[in-house]
Amino acid sequence: MAEGETITGNRALQIEEPLLFEMDAPGQCGVDLPDSGPFEDRLGGLERRNPVGLPGLSEPRVIRHFTRLSQKNYAIDAGIFPLGSCTMKHNPRLNERLARLPGFAQLHPMQPESTVQGALALIDTLADWLRTLTGMPAVAMSPAAGAHGELCGTMVIRAALDARGEKRSTVLVPDSAHGTNPATAAMCGYAVEPIPSNARGRVDLALLKERLDDDVAAFMLTNPSTCGLFEDEILEQAEAVHAAGAYFYCDGANFNAIAGRVRPGDLGIDCMHLNLHKTFSTPHGGGGPGSGPVMLSEALAPFAPLPWLVHGAEGLRLVERAEGEAARAIGRLKSFHGQFGMFVRALAYMMSHGGDGIRQASEDAVLSANYVLAGLEDVMSLSYPGPCMHEMLFDDRFLKGTGIATLDFAKAMIDEGLHPMTVYFPLVVHGAMLIEPTESESRQSLDVFIRVMRALAERAKGGDTAWFTGAPRLAPRRRLDETTAARQPVLRWLPEEASAEKAAE
Amino acid sequence: MRYLGLTDADRRAMLAACGAADIDALYRDVPKSAVLADPLDLPLHAGEMEVERALAALAACNLSAADAPCFLGAGAYRHHVPAAVDYIIQRGEFLTAYTPYQPEIAQGTLQYLFEFQTQVALICGMEIASASHYDGATACAEAALMARRIAKRSRVVVSGGVHPHYRGVTETYFRWLGDGLDLLPPSLGDEDLAACIDGDTAAVMVQNPDVFGRLRDLAPLAEACHEAGALLIVAVAEPVSLGLVRPPGEMGADIVAAEGQPVGNGLNFGGPYLGLMATRQRFVRQLPGRIAGQTIDADGRRGWVLTLSAREQHIRREKAASTNSGLCALAFCVHMALLGEEGFRALARLNHARAVALADALAAVDGVTVENDTFFNEFTIRLPGPAAPVADAMAERGILGGVPASRLFPGVEDLADCLVVCATETVSDDDIAALTAALKEFV
Ligand SMILES: Cc1ncc(COP(=O)(O)O)c(C=O)c1O
Repeated sequence: MAEGETITGNRALQIEEPLLFEMDAPGQCGVDLPDSGPFEDRLGGLERRNPVGLPGLSEPRVIRHFTRLSQKNYAIDAGIFPLGSCTMKHNPRLNERLARLPGFAQLHPMQPESTVQGALALIDTLADWLRTLTGMPAVAMSPAAGAHGELCGTMVIRAALDARGEKRSTVLVPDSAHGTNPATAAMCGYAVEPIPSNARGRVDLALLKERLDDDVAAFMLTNPSTCGLFEDEILEQAEAVHAAGAYFYCDGANFNAIAGRVRPGDLGIDCMHLNLHKTFSTPHGGGGPGSGPVMLSEALAPFAPLPWLVHGAEGLRLVERAEGEAARAIGRLKSFHGQFGMFVRALAYMMSHGGDGIRQASEDAVLSANYVLAGLEDVMSLSYPGPCMHEMLFDDRFLKGTGIATLDFAKAMIDEGLHPMTVYFPLVVHGAMLIEPTESESRQSLDVFIRVMRALAERAKGGDTAWFTGAPRLAPRRRLDETTAARQPVLRWLPEEASAEKAAE
Repeated sequence: MRYLGLTDADRRAMLAACGAADIDALYRDVPKSAVLADPLDLPLHAGEMEVERALAALAACNLSAADAPCFLGAGAYRHHVPAAVDYIIQRGEFLTAYTPYQPEIAQGTLQYLFEFQTQVALICGMEIASASHYDGATACAEAALMARRIAKRSRVVVSGGVHPHYRGVTETYFRWLGDGLDLLPPSLGDEDLAACIDGDTAAVMVQNPDVFGRLRDLAPLAEACHEAGALLIVAVAEPVSLGLVRPPGEMGADIVAAEGQPVGNGLNFGGPYLGLMATRQRFVRQLPGRIAGQTIDADGRRGWVLTLSAREQHIRREKAASTNSGLCALAFCVHMALLGEEGFRALARLNHARAVALADALAAVDGVTVENDTFFNEFTIRLPGPAAPVADAMAERGILGGVPASRLFPGVEDLADCLVVCATETVSDDDIAALTAALKEFV
């Protein structure tokens, strides 16, 4: 056997793990349930006729399986996660503990309101914090994530325009926007028109003004932008948007740069979603759940989705029907009352930081990004001059002629124990690398990051192409064949006979 | 401040390294008039102990379903979640990871998503499944949109037995698509869905068991749909039922849209939950949301990636998808792994047994009638008068005695006296006795 090879294919702590379905031991079971006893069923002859096909495993085998899987994941708990525009900050464990208090975690959403006044008060308190931080008067709490918040906001705008008796058909979106922005606008039946960026990486104000007319429903801006920049002409943008009778939507994914220092309401924003899973530390969980409350201006508030939380004579109350005060609500966007478990975590985070700490966190996020920028700008190619906000954008000019692409550079970071930055987004520059360190990192951690990135950049320029194109070498897997995965999709496990049959087809 | 990584000395040194005189210099692009002069009117930072005290006080104002005989269902179900589930989902490698954009260091997430997809396909009796949606309601809305894309027709007929929130969200999603939705009225009578199908019908959406708890053989409806070139969408609010009841796939469903909360996930006052969606292999390219797929790495070893979604690997324009419900899918996957074939079927049986015991006990109460001929773990009872005040009175007594149908379908006269009651494995004989006694008193 060659050096480094093992009998099992395992590498010490990296243990190869089969699929649950390949571990089946019929008769094993990870739960003990009481016997149902005899009874006469009421299924009307609709009982299941065939086995489900689930594997049997004991509890220790299940724990071991998922523990081994967990060891194949990178996470914030393990190291810096500088994924630009995603705000991978520390996820406090206090939040987890509090979300699990039985008085929160074990509440049924359809309990009579008299039995859930504490939960409703929690939602109300969180809404208050959000209103204060944004300087915006109303909030729709139910959207489940950022993109869902965008959908909510765009629908609210459409409903407000309908109520004004106006048919406008276009939404303007900067070319640097996240893909969910145009996707959402399209879902509400709008044509999407890109607004180009100028040489400074900001929205071209002259072009925006030129394009604004009475057919434009909304301008959908991300501020700070996905280039990591504050839109310094935002007040002029707002004025122009409003002069055209359109609404000003803001994607609040990057609120972490300005929370506590700048209120979007003071910038002329009519509608903005927040990502509690970014700015307010609720865990990303490997792809959700998130929470995307939408802040609304006075004019848009009447169209907010159901349910509404209102103060009544007998305490807090949920308005679950589009009638009376809520007659103009756009309807429902989600079951029940939003991502309550995320609300508990976000409020615990806010109370821990306080108004002072939220501002300090924003400042630290911006300072850390500028520190990384200063540490890298002479060896990588910065797309737009700083200062940046909480993230900075590089492109691949510094790799020109090396045969190394942004993706290769990212994969080499993996071997160094770093999670790569966001790559190939935004699309306004070639081979984008968007780095967001967040306020959670210590200076020591930032220094390590800068040192490794510098060394990699030097190595790339030194012509060690194969080092990059062959990376990663030390991760649980080397590069995966995504083309085959998409061309011949295998999306579930099948028993061996079935797999063989399928292959023969 | 305990979550911040920098000291004041760090901040000074870092500002110097940036060539900035102070932090304001880094914010110089913010228009002067928009810079907050004064601190916001918010409390100052607080220690763990203080925050815990404040939030625990709010939690204490609520009646926890764990402390009460609880018969509430209607789209959210209280089941025992094994301790191992909560332990696994709190492992930082799962909890604090992002969407698996870098598959080489996210195989843990990707493998469990692939396992989850397989579990969902199996219990639904379908061929493939997605890697989760926000919740059951949004999954229904997405399923209806998917059916329109497949059938290239515009209308979707929605049964009156579909959960009002699933109907409501679908209605909102359809609001600006032109007239696309036929919502049948909720009722405890029969409805003839097949008669609603015409040449412009993309799909019929039904729920099984329906919101009143009734089961139905969907095979004839599936046949009618398919004959007319339409799809059958089956919504499932209580996936535990699939351990005992014939799955939609075996009755001819084309798309299954379901709520996944009851497996592995707590009630959490309504969220976060997770949406499940399963379909036929031939519709794979129309399946929305994220999907994990199997492939090999450069050394030929098996591994997993997000697939059919180069569209979202790099959050590309127009094609991006969003954060969904990854960690809830993990909770589902771990619970299902613990249950296995034997446990899943035994759990479903036990739920049905408890509900049968409850139905028999309530049917014996004077003035109470059980409306269902068939049910799984939930059914509808009719009281001699309005049900909502009875539910409120029982809550005062610390009994969560059922969901008034008037909360689900306000204003529907025939339902005003109805209460939807549910019994899972968590309901004890004492709980049933408490509900029976309360109903005797209040009815
Ligand atoms: C700028 C921006 N907008 C929107 C989104 C979508 O947010 P979510 O994943 O919460 O739906 C993201 C997520 O990365 C983002 O970075």
